[in-house]
Amino acid sequence: MSTEHNNTAVLKKDKSSNEVLLEVKNLKTYYPIKGGILRRTVAVVKAVDDVSFEIKKGETLGLVGESGCGKSTAGRTILRLLEPTEGQIIFDGQDITNVRGTSLRKIRQDFQMVFQDPYASLNPTMMVGHLVSEPIRNYNSKSEKELKPEVMDLLAKVGLPEDAYYKYPHEFSGGQRQRIGIARALALRPKLIIADEPVSALDVSVQSQVLNLLKELQDEFDLTFLFIAHDLSVVKHMSDRIGVMYLGGLVEVAEKDSLYAEPLHPYTQALISAIPEPDPRKKKERIILEGDVPSPIDPPKGCTFHPRCAHAMPECQSVKPQLKEVKPGHRVACHLYK
Amino acid sequence: MSANTRQHKDAPLLEVKNLETAFSIDGTYYNAVDNVSFRVKPRQIVGIVGESGCGKSVMSLSVMKLLPKGIGKIRNGEIIFDGVHLENMTDSEINKIRGKDIAMIFQEPMTSLNPVFSIGFQLQEVLFNHMKISKKEARLKSIALLKSVGISRPEKIVDEYPHQLSGGMRQRVMIAIAIACQPKLLIADEPTTALDVTVQAQILELLKEIQEVNDMSVILITHDLGVVAEMCDEVIVMYAGKIAERTDVDSLFHNPKHPYTQLLMGAIPKMDEEVEKLSTIKGIVPSLKNMPKTGCKFAARCPKAMQECLTVTPQLAENEEGHEVACLLYETSQQKQEVNA
Repeated sequence: MSTEHNNTAVLKKDKSSNEVLLEVKNLKTYYPIKGGILRRTVAVVKAVDDVSFEIKKGETLGLVGESGCGKSTAGRTILRLLEPTEGQIIFDGQDITNVRGTSLRKIRQDFQMVFQDPYASLNPTMMVGHLVSEPIRNYNSKSEKELKPEVMDLLAKVGLPEDAYYKYPHEFSGGQRQRIGIARALALRPKLIIADEPVSALDVSVQSQVLNLLKELQDEFDLTFLFIAHDLSVVKHMSDRIGVMYLGGLVEVAEKDSLYAEPLHPYTQALISAIPEPDPRKKKERIILEGDVPSPIDPPKGCTFHPRCAHAMPECQSVKPQLKEVKPGHRVACHLYK
Repeated sequence: MSANTRQHKDAPLLEVKNLETAFSIDGTYYNAVDNVSFRVKPRQIVGIVGESGCGKSVMSLSVMKLLPKGIGKIRNGEIIFDGVHLENMTDSEINKIRGKDIAMIFQEPMTSLNPVFSIGFQLQEVLFNHMKISKKEARLKSIALLKSVGISRPEKIVDEYPHQLSGGMRQRVMIAIAIACQPKLLIADEPTTALDVTVQAQILELLKEIQEVNDMSVILITHDLGVVAEMCDEVIVMYAGKIAERTDVDSLFHNPKHPYTQLLMGAIPKMDEEVEKLSTIKGIVPSLKNMPKTGCKFAARCPKAMQECLTVTPQLAENEEGHEVACLLYETSQQKQEVNA
């Protein structure tokens, strides 16, 4: 059993080559808040504020953080569903930050998204067959006859029965709808899939089915994932490396084992200690954070975490810490580590 | 004071016997809670877990008598709270108990507070309903309550409106309203599901503290087994309106007996273990209309199902001391033969 385990681990390592598929440099996405009669911008919400990371081919990068930390905005900005305010997005060697029109449309074949709410993300008036083939029809002029075998194949891949083709989304359960969403994302054989909380609307038993499916598909189609979720145990199960976000910024990035065994940033430490452990015999020391996440309209100066941090020092209030590599492959943005 | 009504120290605070709650679909009633019996002792935290649609919330609504009128009804069974039968009470009778002796907090702190009234008004509403108290006293008491649930600046918050508070703060306000009259039983229906983990940790800590200080019993409904492990003394696992397993929290996690419980445990990714594949449960919970009429309701999804599981309904029976399970795997062979004969 254990040797088998090792083998798969080695295989995985080989697959995630050193080739970088996606590189994000100093990405900033601000939402303007308009007010007054003239609808002038009175303030900005700094949803993503200076975030940099890269994802290698075949790798899964997990992005965790609490609601409002900007993880979804980051995902959407990378897909260019939102306009970045500043920074660079380099996908497969090409700078796509300012690509527009037909060239953007062309690039978009290569990255797809799986959404959180399988109830809201599928058009209720479309047959599943059409839903899944829509991305293909969007890029190729193929007749339904030509498309049908392809769609059937996709449905089988995600574990849906053949007769699903002629059914409508309301006839399926949440887990099956999420499978439809995944089939749709796979239709164009993308290189990168951004999964934004793909299992948080599902029950645990169904959640495990969808997680297993995503892992299988990753192996089969050589997919690279950006996996966004708030549930740390789910992210750990899925990812190779994990980035922790707080208030628009990336506070720590590391290999998953290193992150869980030795979290460096005080926020990561609190986040990991807050997870309820499904074992009553394990009584662990909880770090309970005071208060709530501050508003991203007016984030605290210096380190954004300092008002809630137990280790805050005077310089944390004025100097914003930069993400620095403190151990091989382990980067953290905190003044405690120099 | 309540000791007068309770004869023994160990007498249950709440006893539910053979409860059947049904919902009307196209004129026919289907049981959402099907022959459920359990007890909650004083100062005990009982967890109820299960997937969505397994009847956990319906059961708590039955106890609170909050079922939607004309659609849901208690068909059968008894609900005995502190020696008093609740099942046949009229609205005005139950209103004296509800909010005072039994209180409830809900999942959505966003929707369960009224957006057009101030926090103070909503707190004082409960106090005026159940206590003879002057306006001034009520205001002071609501400030004290807000303080007791860990809200800083309670003097200001008392005049603010729900939209001015964060999710965690709103859930704290909900808890303050629930404990305003020092209830003996608190029913918490997924109290932290809508909250972030760090806020969840705060709220769970608060609930535990209040439970100890107020000597309350708590029924905690959740789908998160981690929360159960942290909070509960005893756990009830429900599936399709029935109790599949009932035991203390330690044996649930270290000696789960029902195949459904075992699969649920394997389906959650764990922090300190590395598995390539999580265990899954094929299929989904059958809807009320499509519920199997005979046999074990889990049989269609159970990897250990036997032929007789399709015909014989398993009964909840004690397998080990304090550990009840409803599964034919654990019923004695004698009983099985009888059924077959």
